[in-house]
Order: sequence, then C-alpha cells, then structure tokens
Amino acid sequence: MALSEHPGQAAHAETSDAAGGGALRRVATWARRKPLGAAGAVIVLGMLLVALLAPLIAPYDPVRNAFDRMHAPPSAAHWFGTDQFGRDVLSRLVHGARTALLVGLVASFLGASAGLLLGVASAYFGGRFDLLFQRLMDILMAFPLIIMALAIVSIFGTGTHNVIAAITVPFIPRCARVVRASALAVRQLPYIDAARACGFGHAHIMLYHVTPNVMAPCLIMLTAFLGQAILLEASLSYLGLGVQEPTPAWGLMLQGGAEEYAESAPWMAIFPGLAITVSVFAFNLFGDAVRDTLDPRLRSTG
Amino acid sequence: MTRYICKRLLLMIPTLLGAAVFVFLLMRLIPGDVCELRLAGEGAYVDEKAIQICREQAGLTRPLAGQFVDWVWGLARGDFGVSMWTGRPIAYEIGLRFQLSLQVAVMATLTAILLALPLGTVAAMNQDTWLDYGVRAFSIAGLATPSFWLGILIILALLNVTQAFWGTPWMPPIQYTPIWTDPVANLSQLVWPALATGYRYSAVAARMTRSALLEVLQEDYIRTARAKGLVEHLIINRHALKNALLPVVTVFGIEFAFLIGGLVVTEQVFNLNGLGKLFVESVGNHDYTLTQALVMLVALVFVVTNFVIDLIYAWLDPRIRYG
Repeated sequence: MALSEHPGQAAHAETSDAAGGGALRRVATWARRKPLGAAGAVIVLGMLLVALLAPLIAPYDPVRNAFDRMHAPPSAAHWFGTDQFGRDVLSRLVHGARTALLVGLVASFLGASAGLLLGVASAYFGGRFDLLFQRLMDILMAFPLIIMALAIVSIFGTGTHNVIAAITVPFIPRCARVVRASALAVRQLPYIDAARACGFGHAHIMLYHVTPNVMAPCLIMLTAFLGQAILLEASLSYLGLGVQEPTPAWGLMLQGGAEEYAESAPWMAIFPGLAITVSVFAFNLFGDAVRDTLDPRLRSTG
Repeated sequence: MTRYICKRLLLMIPTLLGAAVFVFLLMRLIPGDVCELRLAGEGAYVDEKAIQICREQAGLTRPLAGQFVDWVWGLARGDFGVSMWTGRPIAYEIGLRFQLSLQVAVMATLTAILLALPLGTVAAMNQDTWLDYGVRAFSIAGLATPSFWLGILIILALLNVTQAFWGTPWMPPIQYTPIWTDPVANLSQLVWPALATGYRYSAVAARMTRSALLEVLQEDYIRTARAKGLVEHLIINRHALKNALLPVVTVFGIEFAFLIGGLVVTEQVFNLNGLGKLFVESVGNHDYTLTQALVMLVALVFVVTNFVIDLIYAWLDPRIRYG
C-alpha cells in the first residue's frame, strides 16, 4: 500500500502511459510542493538519460589515447579539454555517468533490500534471534563505511562488481536497523494476529503483511544511500581500489594525472569533481524530498 | 547511574570481541599473505620453502584458533604485537601517526563547531528566508562535495593565489612538525586538510542544529519564555539551544569517531602520513597484525564515543535517567 503512494514510484510511472493522467497530475502536485526535490529528480533523470545514451552523446571514444593532443585546454573541439593521454574529458565524464549510476543504483537497491528482509525477519521472530542479530549489526556498524568497503575490496579485488559488493555490505546493517524499529511497531498491531489466526505462514505474513508497512523507512534509507554510494565509489576509485583504468569513472579521473597536472591542466581536476558533486547533490535533494513526503506516515506508525 | 555505566562498559566487551573475530577472519580471507608478497611480490621466482619458512616465523602456520587467542590475549594486556611488514612494534607505528590524525580530527571538529552552530541557529531563527536557504544550500552542497576533490581545489587555489601575489607558487609543507616545535609550520600543513574534512562535517552538523532547534522552538516553554517578555537571544541561548544540542552532540560524536580512521582519502590528497594512510598500506601489504590493530582501534573509538554520547545525553537532559 505504501509503495503505490510513493512519489518516486509515481515519477517512474510517468514513462509508462498505462498509469494515465492521474499519476502525472500527482507528480505535478508533488513537484509544486517540493520544488527542490523536483529539481533533484530532474537532474537525476537527466543523468539517467546521459548514461543510457552515452555512446550517442559522447563526442569521442572515452578510452582511446591520442598522444598528439595531450593536456589540450577546453576548446570548441574538446569542451572540457583532454587528459594526460589525450582522451576527451567530456566523453569520459559522459561514460563515467554509467559507472556512477550502475554502482550507485545497484548497491543502494541491494543494500536496502537485504536490510529490509533482515530487519523484518529480526523484528518478526524476536527473542534470541533478534538479540543475536542486533549484536551482529552492532559489530558491522562499528566500522566506518569506507574502512568496511576497503576491507571488502581487498578481499575480492578491485573492479566494478566488487566495488558494488563493497558498498552494498556496509549499507545492510544501517537499513536493517531502521526497518527493524518500524517492524517492531507493526508486529504489535492486531492485523498481524488476525493473519496468523487465518493460518498464514510466517513467510507469507512477513512478506505481505509486515513488509508493505515498513516500506517508507526503507525507501527513505534507499534514497539516502544513492548519493552516499556514488561518493563511496568515487572515493574508492580515487584511492585506486575501485573501478580500474581504462573504464571511465569520475573518482578515477581525479586520481594520478589530475593531481599531478592540477596546476597546468586544472580542467582535469575541476570537471570530474563537479560531476560527482552535482549528481550527489541532486540525489540528496530528491532523497530529502522523499523523506519529507513519507515522514508523516512514519510518525503515525511509529 | 553507576550501575548503568558498569553495564554499558561490560556490554562493550562482546561487541569488541565480535569485531575482533570479524576482522581476524576477514583478513585471512584476502588471497595471498605477507610472506608471498614480500618474497615473491615483484613476480620473482622464489623457492616455496623460503616462503614456508617465513610463514612459520610469522606464526602463520599455526592453527587459527591459537593465533586468535594469542592475539586477543595480547590486546587484553594492551600489547598490540609486532607489525608483520616492518617488524617494528605496532604501538610505535601507530604512535608515529596518531598525533597527526588526532590533530586533524580535533581541528576539523573545531571548524565544524565554529561553523555549524552559528549557521544552524541563524537558519532556524530565520526559517524560510534567504538566510535559511543559503545555509541549507551550504549544507546540502557540503554533503555532496567529495573531501578529496575539495582538497585538490584547495591546493589548486593556494598555488594560484600565491603565484599571483608573490610570483612563486607555495605548497603546504609535506614534512610533519609537531605543534609545540613549530606552530606555524604545523598549522600551515594541517589547516587545509582540516578545512577540507571540516566542511562536510559542519554541513552535517549545521543541518542537525537547524532541524533540532526548529523542533525545540515549537515547545510550550519557549512560548512561555516569549510571553514573559524574554529577549530573543536569551530564549535561544539559555532555553532552546541547550535542549536542541542533544542530537547535535550525537552527530559530533559519530563524525569524530569516523574522523580518526576515516581520513583515508583526505590524507591521500594532502600526502599526510596519518592513520588512514597506514591503514591502506597495511591492507595492501597483507600486514594482518597491523590492520587488525588499526581496525580494533577504530572500533574502540566508535564504541567509547557512543558510550560517552549517552552519558552526555543524561547530563544535558535531566529527564533522561538510566537505570
């Protein structure tokens, strides 16, 4: 029930015409009430488009070296200049959006889903299982995000898939804890007893009766994760422990060359950082608006 | 209260022990070990026997349970052991860097306190005006700006500004000097990383100050204070801020615990030889003992910080009484 009322869901329904005019009008109302959130959503959608159409938008091949035009300053041919291998910075930024979104969306979604399932199960079963689970979450939370991610990357190695895993794992306890708190309240409600009296199994009750009612905090965490995931991916790549060359990634573009040549070729350092900042900014604006929209319900259930 | 403190202190033990098990197993999951890396790291051919001897010397061939018990027993006595990579005592390796990391963390926290409290208060007092929007934009941007990029920008700006004024570019010194030997050299090196990390930090704290203060300002006792004709700044300073500080203290605590170990990326930008850099190096070297010690240190700081936050809560808010 909570899901269908989620504004983000409605925003996506915009693309499928089946939802009709109702969804569109709801999106418009939401956008008018939350102009900043709507602005964030627009930037995010723009980013999605850029990422999807990257090969069409990027003027050059993002990985081909061109040693005859290294460190070229921004010009009509290369809007954002070229890097130390003569690669077009704009093209690498455009393709880098793919990496950032892939890692950000997949890691946030996986982390939030796993946290949702674990949090609901922990609250539902309670007792010793809950206690043990909470201690485990405490232990996982005792490590700062980046330390945890670093440890995981060093076990599984670098590369896009492992970076996703490294970002997903520290998200899980953070989401599980919030979901558990809401699920504890839901579990006390009479309709859960009613469902049990009807003879439904534990799995059914958890999935169809508890989970839909704790979707709001989970979605809030999910949207908050998006920006963090993009920042983490950039940090890992910047340390050389994330996405590897020649794959275009924003954090990677700031590593090595950008620092070394910052004085003579500042465009190499400025534009990738700007791309990270603007996209995280947009995701945060959107996330804040989602939180503000969903919060009243949170209070009424909790 | 004493009972509560004792209970909390005892509860730290299982959490820390769990963290110890976790990091111990995690390190041993990483493919390769310190001996392989040291002897055959460059791709050179090395007799398998030599690696085996090295492993035996490092105690890596012993049963895992034995290794673990010895390590934790050492920790309990305050003995971190010896770094597998450098062979020096870990307490010495950490001691070398701790001062620097602690100083950056403290300076970043000071930056955050000095920026966040006034900004958050001003925003809350002028809700929905351009001042408020400005502060909110400042804090949302602070959350979105990667500190390493901000670091690069700061260095870039320093280079360009000094070039314009003195004709020669100036860079912050790379060599660390303790603050009591030469405060100028020390500060000119560490102010920049403290600003780069302090910005994000103050963004988080300013947001929290604003929302906490807004909530408190709606309370009845604030209306009472206004009704009896109290001056606005007294209402804010004496009545509202004190109660609004609770969640802000939490933010400061959590961020501070994070700073001690989480300076990894910022230290890289400014070429600082701190704990974060040591951590990355030790993970890269498969230096089990050093990595374990560092992780335990971070976990300890985190757990102790949480404990201290709870105590400060009780002190700031007399309604909270722990039994």
